[in-house]
Amino acid sequence: MADTPLMTEHEEGLQHQFVDMEQQRNASSLGMWLFLGTEIMFFGGMFLAYLVYRYWYYPEFAAGSRSIDIYLGTINTAVLICSSLTVALGVKAAQLGKRKTLVTLLLVTILFGLGFLAIKGIEWYQKFEEHHVPGRSFSAQDLIEKYPQIHIDPAPTQIYFSLYFAMTGLHALHMIIGVGIFCFLTFHACKGRYTPEYHTPIEIGGLYWHFVDIVWIYLFPLLYLIDRKPLK
Amino acid sequence: MPEHIISSKLYIGIWAALMCLTVITASVAFVDLGPLNTVVALVIATLKALLVVLFFMHVKYASEKLTKMVIVAAIFWLLILLFLSLADYSTRGMVHSGML
Repeated sequence: MADTPLMTEHEEGLQHQFVDMEQQRNASSLGMWLFLGTEIMFFGGMFLAYLVYRYWYYPEFAAGSRSIDIYLGTINTAVLICSSLTVALGVKAAQLGKRKTLVTLLLVTILFGLGFLAIKGIEWYQKFEEHHVPGRSFSAQDLIEKYPQIHIDPAPTQIYFSLYFAMTGLHALHMIIGVGIFCFLTFHACKGRYTPEYHTPIEIGGLYWHFVDIVWIYLFPLLYLIDRKPLK
Repeated sequence: MPEHIISSKLYIGIWAALMCLTVITASVAFVDLGPLNTVVALVIATLKALLVVLFFMHVKYASEKLTKMVIVAAIFWLLILLFLSLADYSTRGMVHSGML
């Protein structure tokens, strides 16, 4: 064995198992997409449950959907789209090495994320007030009186609201985790850890944020827009 | 291949398109299109998701073929879950009613 040194000069931030920064970046991005693939299946189970129950109990789903606040839902969709823009611009700022812009955009993203959660909280609060939370205090009486044209059975209406809370709850949990990740990224961005050569955490953190946005893009029409047309 | 950097203008254009589609989908929901309401809502949602994936998530420019394959496979897997399950649930009544 020749004692030639195995160690060669590394670029800063390059792990020794990778040939170069590009390969390292691609490996991270591939790994993140694989994780997002498992997330698709995770949410997919809930979407399937939703589809089957909606197919079985359409009138109750229509009435339940009418009772949630479409304006707050639309505003929240807009908030998330704005946050996705700030994330995309943040990744660009990281690519160009603009530290101040990056930190600002990350902070704005966190604010949008918290704003989304606050609006979601208001919506949930309304549901508690209206006794629309599944359980012993659940009541669909107000819906039955409000929509005499729709034949509403209280039990399947609870299924709609169970799915509403489970799906928006799981999504909100992802938002909370996302805000946590972005606080971590902001902290390290402040310290100047991310450079045009190495900003993979910003890139894959951004992928996660956009994925959570896409889940909401589907939740919005499926939960809020089932049946909004004027009743005959 | 160095990283592809997308112009801020394009990002803002995508954002504007996403905002417009959100307003359109919320407004169209109040118009009676019969069964087409659900179709329109889902088509718009898919269009929005595509814009986010292709541009915000850089799949159009920066991704390797392997990454693209993982994405397509993940969506394909989801469709297997949804379509085969719905094929089951939506035809159960037919068995008992003697249609099959």
